[in-house]
Amino acid sequence: MKVFIDAQRCQGHGRCFSLAPSVFGFDDLGNGHVLGDGVVEGESLALARLAEANCPEHAISIGES
Amino acid sequence: MTIKPPVSDFATDWDHTDPQWVNDPYPIWEDLRTRCPVAHTDRYGGAWFPATHAGVSAVANDTEHFTSRTVVLGNGRPMEDALPAPIGVAPPITSDPPFHQIARRLILPAFAPGPINALEPMIRQLCNDLLDRVVGRGVINGGSDYAQFIPPAVIKRMLGFPEADEDLFREFVHIVLEGIDLPVEERIEQFAPIEEYFRIQIEDHQAHPRNDLTTFLLNAEILGEKLSIEHVFGTMVLILVAGIDTTWSALGASLWHLAKNPDDLARLVNEPDLMPFAIEEFLRFYAPVTMARLVKEDMEYLGCPMKQDDWILLGFPAANRDPEVFERADEFIIDRRENRHLAFGLGIHRCAGSNLARLELRVAIEEFIRRYPRFTLADPAQVTWAQGQVRGPRSLPLRVA
Ligand code: HEM
Repeated sequence: MKVFIDAQRCQGHGRCFSLAPSVFGFDDLGNGHVLGDGVVEGESLALARLAEANCPEHAISIGES
Repeated sequence: MTIKPPVSDFATDWDHTDPQWVNDPYPIWEDLRTRCPVAHTDRYGGAWFPATHAGVSAVANDTEHFTSRTVVLGNGRPMEDALPAPIGVAPPITSDPPFHQIARRLILPAFAPGPINALEPMIRQLCNDLLDRVVGRGVINGGSDYAQFIPPAVIKRMLGFPEADEDLFREFVHIVLEGIDLPVEERIEQFAPIEEYFRIQIEDHQAHPRNDLTTFLLNAEILGEKLSIEHVFGTMVLILVAGIDTTWSALGASLWHLAKNPDDLARLVNEPDLMPFAIEEFLRFYAPVTMARLVKEDMEYLGCPMKQDDWILLGFPAANRDPEVFERADEFIIDRRENRHLAFGLGIHRCAGSNLARLELRVAIEEFIRRYPRFTLADPAQVTWAQGQVRGPRSLPLRVA
Protein backbone atom coordinates (compact mmCIF):
# COMPACT_ATOMS: atom_id res chain seq x y z
CA MET A 1 0.00 0.00 0.00
CA LYS A 2 0.99 3.61 -0.45
CA VAL A 3 0.30 6.62 1.75
CA PHE A 4 -0.33 10.17 0.47
CA ILE A 5 -0.71 13.61 2.00
CA ASP A 6 -2.85 16.14 0.18
CA ALA A 7 -0.73 19.27 0.56
CA GLN A 8 -3.77 21.45 -0.23
CA ARG A 9 -5.54 20.08 2.83
CA CYS A 10 -2.65 19.79 5.28
CA GLN A 11 -2.64 22.67 7.78
CA GLY A 12 0.26 21.48 9.89
CA HIS A 13 -1.59 19.99 12.86
CA GLY A 14 1.40 17.69 13.18
CA ARG A 15 -0.49 14.58 14.19
CA CYS A 16 1.02 12.37 11.48
CA PHE A 17 4.70 12.98 12.13
CA SER A 18 4.15 12.79 15.88
CA LEU A 19 2.34 9.46 15.77
CA ALA A 20 4.30 7.93 12.90
CA PRO A 21 7.72 9.58 12.64
CA SER A 22 9.03 6.72 10.52
CA VAL A 23 6.40 7.38 7.84
CA PHE A 24 5.97 11.17 7.91
CA GLY A 25 8.28 14.15 8.17
CA PHE A 26 7.74 17.90 8.32
CA ASP A 27 8.98 20.93 6.45
CA ASP A 28 10.19 24.23 7.86
CA LEU A 29 6.60 25.53 8.12
CA GLY A 30 5.63 22.47 10.14
CA ASN A 31 3.49 20.91 7.41
CA GLY A 32 3.58 17.14 7.05
CA HIS A 33 4.89 15.11 4.14
CA VAL A 34 5.41 11.47 3.33
CA LEU A 35 8.96 10.17 3.77
CA GLY A 36 10.58 8.26 0.91
CA ASP A 37 8.36 6.57 -1.66
CA GLY A 38 5.42 6.24 0.73
CA VAL A 39 5.14 2.50 0.37
CA VAL A 40 3.88 1.09 3.68
CA GLU A 41 3.34 -2.44 4.91
CA GLY A 42 3.07 -4.27 8.19
CA GLU A 43 3.92 -1.97 11.04
CA SER A 44 4.42 1.10 8.88
CA LEU A 45 0.97 0.52 7.36
CA ALA A 46 -0.55 0.31 10.84
CA LEU A 47 1.18 3.58 11.77
CA ALA A 48 0.02 5.25 8.57
CA ARG A 49 -3.55 4.15 9.34
CA LEU A 50 -3.25 5.57 12.86
CA ALA A 51 -2.10 8.89 11.43
CA GLU A 52 -4.91 8.88 8.89
CA ALA A 53 -7.46 8.33 11.65
CA ASN A 54 -6.10 11.30 13.59
CA CYS A 55 -5.69 13.92 10.87
CA PRO A 56 -8.29 16.61 11.59
CA GLU A 57 -8.16 17.84 8.00
CA HIS A 58 -8.62 14.41 6.40
CA ALA A 59 -5.47 15.11 4.41
CA ILE A 60 -4.03 11.59 4.55
CA SER A 61 -5.11 8.76 2.29
CA ILE A 62 -3.86 5.22 1.81
CA GLY A 63 -4.26 3.41 -1.48
CA GLU A 64 -2.85 0.65 -3.65
CA SER A 65 0.82 1.16 -4.43
CA MET B 1 -19.36 44.91 35.12
CA THR B 2 -22.80 45.35 33.54
CA ILE B 3 -25.56 43.21 34.98
CA LYS B 4 -27.15 41.13 32.28
CA PRO B 5 -30.49 39.36 32.43
CA PRO B 6 -30.16 35.62 33.02
CA VAL B 7 -30.50 33.42 29.96
CA SER B 8 -34.05 32.18 29.45
CA ASP B 9 -33.34 29.58 26.76
CA PHE B 10 -29.88 28.84 25.38
CA ALA B 11 -31.35 27.98 21.97
CA THR B 12 -32.70 31.49 21.41
CA ASP B 13 -30.88 33.66 23.96
CA TRP B 14 -27.46 32.08 24.59
CA ASP B 15 -24.63 33.91 26.32
CA HIS B 16 -21.22 32.34 26.72
CA THR B 17 -20.60 34.48 29.81
CA ASP B 18 -23.70 33.18 31.59
CA PRO B 19 -22.67 31.49 34.87
CA GLN B 20 -24.30 28.22 33.85
CA TRP B 21 -22.30 28.14 30.58
CA VAL B 22 -19.09 29.18 32.34
CA ASN B 23 -19.40 26.53 35.02
CA ASP B 24 -20.60 23.58 32.97
CA PRO B 25 -21.35 24.19 29.29
CA TYR B 26 -21.46 20.55 28.19
CA PRO B 27 -25.09 19.74 29.06
CA ILE B 28 -26.13 22.97 27.36
CA TRP B 29 -24.32 22.03 24.15
CA GLU B 30 -25.69 18.52 24.20
CA ASP B 31 -29.18 19.90 24.47
CA LEU B 32 -28.54 22.37 21.62
CA ARG B 33 -27.14 19.62 19.40
CA THR B 34 -30.37 17.70 19.60
CA ARG B 35 -32.71 20.70 19.50
CA CYS B 36 -31.32 23.28 17.07
CA PRO B 37 -28.47 22.58 16.14
CA VAL B 38 -27.56 26.24 15.52
CA ALA B 39 -28.47 28.43 18.47
CA HIS B 40 -29.16 32.15 18.19
CA THR B 41 -29.00 35.13 20.51
CA ASP B 42 -29.87 38.80 20.15
CA ARG B 43 -27.16 39.60 22.66
CA TYR B 44 -23.93 41.20 21.36
CA GLY B 45 -25.92 42.60 18.45
CA GLY B 46 -26.86 39.15 17.13
CA ALA B 47 -24.86 35.94 17.21
CA TRP B 48 -25.08 32.27 16.22
CA PHE B 49 -23.64 29.17 17.80
CA PRO B 50 -23.41 25.94 15.78
CA ALA B 51 -23.23 23.09 18.30
CA THR B 52 -22.28 20.27 15.95
CA HIS B 53 -18.97 19.19 14.46
CA ALA B 54 -20.44 19.57 10.97
CA GLY B 55 -21.61 23.13 11.64
CA VAL B 56 -18.34 24.25 13.20
CA SER B 57 -16.30 22.65 10.40
CA ALA B 58 -18.43 24.24 7.69
CA VAL B 59 -17.95 27.75 9.07
CA ALA B 60 -14.24 27.29 9.93
CA ASN B 61 -13.56 26.21 6.36
CA ASP B 62 -15.67 28.90 4.73
CA THR B 63 -13.66 32.08 4.36
CA GLU B 64 -15.90 33.23 1.54
CA HIS B 65 -18.98 33.87 3.67
CA PHE B 66 -17.29 34.65 6.98
CA THR B 67 -14.53 37.03 7.96
CA SER B 68 -12.01 36.73 10.79
CA ARG B 69 -11.82 40.54 11.04
CA THR B 70 -12.45 40.13 14.74
CA VAL B 71 -12.38 36.81 16.52
CA VAL B 72 -13.30 37.94 20.02
CA LEU B 73 -17.02 38.43 20.29
CA GLY B 74 -18.08 41.71 21.89
CA ASN B 75 -20.71 44.40 21.88
CA GLY B 76 -19.26 46.54 19.11
CA ARG B 77 -18.46 45.73 15.51
CA PRO B 78 -15.17 47.00 14.15
CA MET B 79 -15.82 49.25 11.19
CA GLU B 80 -14.18 48.34 7.91
CA ASP B 81 -12.23 51.61 7.84
CA ALA B 82 -10.86 51.17 11.37
CA LEU B 83 -9.19 47.91 10.45
CA PRO B 84 -7.47 47.63 7.12
CA ALA B 85 -9.12 44.39 5.97
CA PRO B 86 -7.96 41.83 5.04
CA ILE B 87 -5.04 42.31 7.43
CA GLY B 88 -6.88 43.12 10.63
CA VAL B 89 -5.47 44.22 13.98
CA ALA B 90 -3.69 40.98 14.82
CA PRO B 91 -2.42 39.15 11.75
CA PRO B 92 -2.74 36.32 10.91
CA ILE B 93 -5.70 35.52 13.18
CA THR B 94 -7.68 38.58 12.07
CA SER B 95 -6.63 38.29 8.43
CA ASP B 96 -8.62 36.84 5.57
CA PRO B 97 -7.29 35.35 2.33
CA PRO B 98 -5.22 36.10 0.44
CA PHE B 99 -3.24 38.19 2.93
CA HIS B 100 -3.72 35.65 5.70
CA GLN B 101 -1.38 33.12 4.17
CA ILE B 102 1.42 35.64 3.81
CA ALA B 103 1.16 36.75 7.43
CA ARG B 104 0.88 33.15 8.64
CA ARG B 105 3.86 31.87 6.68
CA LEU B 106 6.01 34.56 8.24
CA ILE B 107 5.53 33.18 11.73
CA LEU B 108 5.15 29.45 11.07
CA PRO B 109 8.87 28.64 10.95
CA ALA B 110 9.30 29.97 14.49
CA PHE B 111 6.62 27.55 15.69
CA ALA B 112 7.65 24.52 13.61
CA PRO B 113 8.72 21.34 15.44
CA GLY B 114 12.47 22.03 15.13
CA PRO B 115 12.71 25.30 17.06
CA ILE B 116 9.89 24.33 19.41
CA ASN B 117 11.34 20.97 20.43
CA ALA B 118 14.58 22.76 21.29
CA LEU B 119 12.70 24.50 24.11
CA GLU B 120 11.98 21.26 25.97
CA PRO B 121 14.87 21.40 28.48
CA MET B 122 14.06 25.02 29.31
CA ILE B 123 10.38 24.19 29.91
CA ARG B 124 11.25 21.17 32.04
CA GLN B 125 13.58 23.30 34.16
CA LEU B 126 10.88 25.93 34.53
CA CYS B 127 8.31 23.36 35.71
CA ASN B 128 10.74 22.00 38.26
CA ASP B 129 11.61 25.45 39.55
CA LEU B 130 7.90 26.16 40.05
CA LEU B 131 7.39 22.89 41.89
CA ASP B 132 10.46 23.58 44.05
CA ARG B 133 8.89 26.84 45.17
CA VAL B 134 5.93 25.06 46.77
CA VAL B 135 7.72 21.98 47.99
CA GLY B 136 6.54 20.69 51.37
CA ARG B 137 3.05 22.16 51.07
CA GLY B 138 0.06 19.85 51.46
CA VAL B 139 -2.08 21.88 49.07
CA ILE B 140 -0.80 23.41 45.84
CA ASN B 141 -2.85 25.59 43.56
CA GLY B 142 -2.56 23.92 40.16
CA GLY B 143 -3.63 27.19 38.54
CA SER B 144 -2.08 30.04 40.46
CA ASP B 145 1.04 28.19 41.68
CA TYR B 146 1.80 26.26 38.52
CA ALA B 147 -0.15 26.37 35.24
CA GLN B 148 -0.40 30.15 34.98
CA PHE B 149 3.37 30.66 35.07
CA ILE B 150 4.47 28.27 32.37
CA PRO B 151 3.15 29.76 29.11
CA PRO B 152 4.08 33.40 29.90
CA ALA B 153 7.65 32.41 30.72
CA VAL B 154 7.99 30.74 27.32
CA ILE B 155 6.33 33.56 25.38
CA LYS B 156 8.43 36.16 27.14
CA ARG B 157 11.53 34.34 25.95
CA MET B 158 10.30 33.98 22.39
CA LEU B 159 9.38 37.66 22.08
CA GLY B 160 12.42 38.83 24.05
CA PHE B 161 10.57 40.73 26.79
CA PRO B 162 12.00 41.65 30.21
CA GLU B 163 12.15 39.02 32.94
CA ALA B 164 9.95 40.78 35.41
CA ASP B 165 6.89 41.45 33.26
CA GLU B 166 4.94 38.21 33.42
CA ASP B 167 2.26 39.53 35.76
CA LEU B 168 1.61 42.31 33.30
CA PHE B 169 1.08 39.80 30.49
CA ARG B 170 -1.59 38.00 32.43
CA GLU B 171 -3.26 41.34 33.04
CA PHE B 172 -3.18 42.12 29.28
CA VAL B 173 -4.65 38.75 28.41
CA HIS B 174 -7.41 39.32 30.92
CA ILE B 175 -8.23 42.67 29.34
CA VAL B 176 -8.32 41.36 25.77
CA LEU B 177 -10.33 38.23 26.48
CA GLU B 178 -12.54 39.06 29.42
CA GLY B 179 -13.41 42.74 29.05
CA ILE B 180 -16.04 42.06 26.43
CA ASP B 181 -19.05 43.48 28.25
CA LEU B 182 -17.63 46.97 28.44
CA PRO B 183 -18.87 49.71 26.11
CA VAL B 184 -16.65 50.19 23.06
CA GLU B 185 -15.12 53.49 24.30
CA GLU B 186 -14.04 51.95 27.58
CA ARG B 187 -12.68 48.98 25.71
CA ILE B 188 -10.46 51.28 23.62
CA GLU B 189 -9.26 53.00 26.80
CA GLN B 190 -8.46 49.64 28.34
CA PHE B 191 -6.12 48.85 25.48
CA ALA B 192 -3.96 51.97 25.98
CA PRO B 193 -1.50 50.46 28.49
CA ILE B 194 -1.05 47.41 26.28
CA GLU B 195 -0.18 49.61 23.32
CA GLU B 196 2.21 51.62 25.43
CA TYR B 197 3.99 48.50 26.70
CA PHE B 198 4.45 47.05 23.23
CA ARG B 199 5.58 50.39 21.83
CA ILE B 200 8.36 50.50 24.41
CA GLN B 201 9.39 46.90 23.64
CA ILE B 202 9.42 47.58 19.91
CA GLU B 203 11.54 50.71 20.34
CA ASP B 204 13.95 48.81 22.55
CA HIS B 205 14.28 46.09 19.92
CA GLN B 206 14.77 48.68 17.17
CA ALA B 207 17.62 50.19 19.16
CA HIS B 208 19.05 46.85 20.27
CA PRO B 209 18.21 44.10 17.76
CA ARG B 210 18.58 40.58 19.09
CA ASN B 211 17.80 37.00 18.26
CA ASP B 212 14.09 36.80 19.04
CA LEU B 213 10.69 36.94 17.40
CA THR B 214 10.27 40.69 17.89
CA THR B 215 13.49 41.48 16.02
CA PHE B 216 12.54 38.91 13.40
CA LEU B 217 9.19 40.63 12.80
CA LEU B 218 10.81 44.07 12.67
CA ASN B 219 13.18 42.84 9.95
CA ALA B 220 10.67 40.69 8.06
CA GLU B 221 9.60 41.74 4.59
CA ILE B 222 6.58 41.11 2.41
CA LEU B 223 7.30 41.59 -1.29
CA GLY B 224 10.44 43.54 -0.51
CA GLU B 225 8.80 45.86 2.01
CA LYS B 226 9.15 45.87 5.76
CA LEU B 227 6.00 45.05 7.70
CA SER B 228 4.03 48.05 8.90
CA ILE B 229 4.59 48.75 12.57
CA GLU B 230 0.87 48.02 13.12
CA HIS B 231 1.38 44.56 11.67
CA VAL B 232 4.39 43.87 13.91
CA PHE B 233 2.48 45.15 16.93
CA GLY B 234 -0.64 43.13 16.10
CA THR B 235 1.25 39.88 15.63
CA MET B 236 3.14 40.39 18.88
CA VAL B 237 -0.10 41.01 20.80
CA LEU B 238 -1.62 37.96 19.15
CA ILE B 239 1.23 35.69 20.12
CA LEU B 240 1.11 36.95 23.66
CA VAL B 241 -2.65 36.58 24.01
CA ALA B 242 -3.01 33.34 22.07
CA GLY B 243 -0.07 31.71 23.78
CA ILE B 244 -0.83 32.30 27.44
CA ASP B 245 -4.41 31.82 28.56
CA THR B 246 -5.03 28.94 26.19
CA THR B 247 -2.26 26.64 27.31
CA TRP B 248 -2.67 27.61 30.96
CA SER B 249 -6.35 26.61 30.66
CA ALA B 250 -5.61 23.32 28.92
CA LEU B 251 -3.02 22.41 31.53
CA GLY B 252 -5.30 23.37 34.41
CA ALA B 253 -8.17 21.33 33.00
CA SER B 254 -5.88 18.31 32.57
CA LEU B 255 -4.72 18.52 36.19
CA TRP B 256 -8.33 18.99 37.30
CA HIS B 257 -9.30 15.82 35.46
CA LEU B 258 -6.45 13.80 36.95
CA ALA B 259 -7.28 15.06 40.45
CA LYS B 260 -10.83 13.80 40.06
CA ASN B 261 -10.02 10.53 38.31
CA PRO B 262 -7.46 8.49 40.29
CA ASP B 263 -7.66 5.59 37.82
CA ASP B 264 -6.61 7.78 34.91
CA LEU B 265 -3.86 9.33 37.03
CA ALA B 266 -2.53 5.90 38.01
CA ARG B 267 -2.53 4.73 34.40
CA LEU B 268 -0.69 7.81 33.22
CA VAL B 269 1.92 7.38 35.97
CA ASN B 270 2.41 3.68 35.24
CA GLU B 271 2.11 3.73 31.44
CA PRO B 272 4.09 6.70 30.10
CA ASP B 273 3.47 5.48 26.53
CA LEU B 274 -0.11 6.64 26.97
CA MET B 275 0.99 10.26 27.19
CA PRO B 276 0.55 11.22 23.52
CA PHE B 277 -2.98 9.80 23.48
CA ALA B 278 -3.82 11.26 26.87
CA ILE B 279 -2.73 14.74 25.75
CA GLU B 280 -5.04 14.60 22.73
CA GLU B 281 -7.92 13.38 24.88
CA PHE B 282 -7.37 16.20 27.37
CA LEU B 283 -7.44 18.58 24.42
CA ARG B 284 -10.58 17.03 22.96
CA PHE B 285 -12.52 16.74 26.17
CA TYR B 286 -11.53 20.06 27.72
CA ALA B 287 -10.78 22.10 24.59
CA PRO B 288 -10.38 25.59 26.01
CA VAL B 289 -10.80 27.81 22.96
CA THR B 290 -13.78 29.12 21.00
CA MET B 291 -13.29 31.70 18.28
CA ALA B 292 -15.63 34.06 16.49
CA ARG B 293 -16.29 35.07 12.90
CA LEU B 294 -18.47 37.79 11.38
CA VAL B 295 -21.01 37.13 8.63
CA LYS B 296 -19.97 39.00 5.48
CA GLU B 297 -23.40 39.46 3.89
CA ASP B 298 -27.03 38.59 4.60
CA MET B 299 -27.57 34.96 3.70
CA GLU B 300 -29.28 31.71 4.53
CA TYR B 301 -26.64 29.41 6.04
CA LEU B 302 -27.01 26.11 7.90
CA GLY B 303 -30.72 26.79 7.64
CA CYS B 304 -30.42 30.11 9.48
CA PRO B 305 -31.25 33.64 8.31
CA MET B 306 -27.85 35.22 8.99
CA LYS B 307 -27.41 38.97 8.76
CA GLN B 308 -24.33 40.90 7.78
CA ASP B 309 -22.12 41.47 10.86
CA ASP B 310 -23.82 38.80 12.95
CA TRP B 311 -21.29 36.89 15.02
CA ILE B 312 -20.69 33.17 14.74
CA LEU B 313 -19.06 31.61 17.75
CA LEU B 314 -17.06 28.56 16.70
CA GLY B 315 -17.52 26.08 19.50
CA PHE B 316 -14.55 23.81 18.90
CA PRO B 317 -15.13 22.34 22.39
CA ALA B 318 -18.75 21.55 21.48
CA ALA B 319 -17.70 19.96 18.17
CA ASN B 320 -15.34 17.75 20.15
CA ARG B 321 -18.25 16.19 22.03
CA ASP B 322 -20.39 15.48 18.96
CA PRO B 323 -21.43 11.79 18.98
CA GLU B 324 -21.76 11.89 15.18
CA VAL B 325 -17.96 12.03 14.98
CA PHE B 326 -16.63 10.60 18.23
CA GLU B 327 -17.52 7.22 19.68
CA ARG B 328 -18.57 7.53 23.31
CA ALA B 329 -18.13 11.27 22.83
CA ASP B 330 -19.16 12.18 26.35
CA GLU B 331 -16.64 9.83 27.96
CA PHE B 332 -13.02 10.68 28.67
CA ILE B 333 -11.00 7.75 27.30
CA ILE B 334 -7.37 8.23 28.21
CA ASP B 335 -6.08 5.86 25.52
CA ARG B 336 -8.48 6.95 22.75
CA ARG B 337 -6.58 6.05 19.60
CA GLU B 338 -8.66 7.84 16.99
CA ASN B 339 -9.06 11.45 17.87
CA ARG B 340 -9.67 14.02 15.15
CA HIS B 341 -10.46 16.72 17.67
CA LEU B 342 -10.73 20.40 16.79
CA ALA B 343 -9.16 21.92 19.90
CA PHE B 344 -6.68 23.78 17.69
CA GLY B 345 -9.28 24.75 15.14
CA LEU B 346 -9.60 23.68 11.56
CA GLY B 347 -8.60 25.02 8.18
CA ILE B 348 -6.36 27.94 7.38
CA HIS B 349 -6.30 29.38 10.91
CA ARG B 350 -5.18 26.12 12.57
CA CYS B 351 -3.43 27.13 15.78
CA ALA B 352 0.06 28.23 14.78
CA GLY B 353 1.26 27.48 18.30
CA SER B 354 -0.02 23.90 18.54
CA ASN B 355 3.44 22.30 18.62
CA LEU B 356 4.43 24.59 21.47
CA ALA B 357 1.14 24.07 23.32
CA ARG B 358 1.48 20.29 23.15
CA LEU B 359 5.08 20.43 24.32
CA GLU B 360 4.21 22.62 27.30
CA LEU B 361 1.27 20.41 28.21
CA ARG B 362 3.25 17.21 28.01
CA VAL B 363 6.26 18.42 29.96
CA ALA B 364 4.18 20.20 32.61
CA ILE B 365 2.02 17.13 33.20
CA GLU B 366 5.02 14.79 33.20
CA GLU B 367 6.85 16.83 35.80
CA PHE B 368 3.78 17.31 37.97
CA ILE B 369 2.86 13.63 38.15
CA ARG B 370 6.48 12.63 38.60
CA ARG B 371 6.55 14.63 41.84
CA TYR B 372 2.99 13.87 42.79
CA PRO B 373 1.88 10.47 41.48
CA ARG B 374 -1.19 10.89 43.66
CA PHE B 375 -3.21 14.04 44.17
CA THR B 376 -6.85 15.01 44.59
CA LEU B 377 -9.04 18.11 44.59
CA ALA B 378 -8.53 19.84 47.93
CA ASP B 379 -11.86 21.63 47.76
CA PRO B 380 -14.08 21.30 44.68
CA ALA B 381 -16.07 24.37 45.75
CA GLN B 382 -12.99 26.56 45.38
CA VAL B 383 -12.29 25.68 41.76
CA THR B 384 -13.12 28.70 39.59
CA TRP B 385 -13.33 28.84 35.79
CA ALA B 386 -12.43 31.71 33.50
CA GLN B 387 -15.37 33.10 31.58
CA GLY B 388 -15.38 33.94 27.92
CA GLN B 389 -13.84 32.39 24.86
CA VAL B 390 -10.98 30.71 26.67
CA ARG B 391 -12.20 28.39 29.37
CA GLY B 392 -10.14 26.76 32.07
CA PRO B 393 -9.69 26.60 35.83
CA ARG B 394 -8.07 29.67 37.36
CA SER B 395 -7.99 28.52 40.95
CA LEU B 396 -7.38 24.81 41.40
CA PRO B 397 -6.41 23.77 44.94
CA LEU B 398 -4.86 20.31 44.76
CA ARG B 399 -4.13 18.14 47.79
CA VAL B 400 -0.74 16.57 47.11
CA ALA B 401 0.08 15.16 50.55
C1 HEM C 1 -3.79 24.42 24.34
C2 HEM C 1 -3.43 25.59 23.88
C3 HEM C 1 -4.00 26.27 22.67
C4 HEM C 1 -5.23 26.11 22.09
C5 HEM C 1 -6.36 25.16 22.51
C6 HEM C 1 -5.27 26.99 20.95
C7 HEM C 1 -6.34 27.11 20.09
C8 HEM C 1 -6.36 27.86 18.93
C9 HEM C 1 -7.44 27.87 17.98
C10 HEM C 1 -8.75 27.11 18.12
C11 HEM C 1 -7.07 28.69 16.95
C12 HEM C 1 -7.89 28.99 15.69
C13 HEM C 1 -8.53 30.32 15.77
C14 HEM C 1 -9.52 30.58 14.65
O1 HEM C 1 -9.89 29.68 13.89
O2 HEM C 1 -9.95 31.75 14.55
C15 HEM C 1 -5.76 29.20 17.26
C16 HEM C 1 -5.04 30.09 16.46
C17 HEM C 1 -3.81 30.57 16.79
N1 HEM C 1 -3.04 30.24 17.89
FE1 HEM C 1 -3.52 28.90 19.34
N2 HEM C 1 -4.09 27.67 20.86
C18 HEM C 1 -3.28 27.26 21.89
C19 HEM C 1 -1.98 27.68 22.16
C20 HEM C 1 -1.28 28.57 21.39
C21 HEM C 1 0.09 28.97 21.63
C22 HEM C 1 0.98 28.44 22.73
C23 HEM C 1 0.39 29.89 20.66
C24 HEM C 1 1.65 30.67 20.40
C25 HEM C 1 2.53 31.03 21.18
C26 HEM C 1 -0.76 30.05 19.81
C27 HEM C 1 -0.82 30.88 18.73
C28 HEM C 1 -1.86 30.93 17.82
C29 HEM C 1 -1.85 31.77 16.63
C30 HEM C 1 -0.72 32.68 16.18
C31 HEM C 1 -3.07 31.53 15.97
C32 HEM C 1 -3.56 32.18 14.67
C33 HEM C 1 -3.26 31.31 13.50
C34 HEM C 1 -3.84 31.85 12.20
O3 HEM C 1 -4.78 32.64 12.22
O4 HEM C 1 -3.35 31.47 11.12
N3 HEM C 1 -1.76 29.24 20.28
N4 HEM C 1 -5.34 28.67 18.46
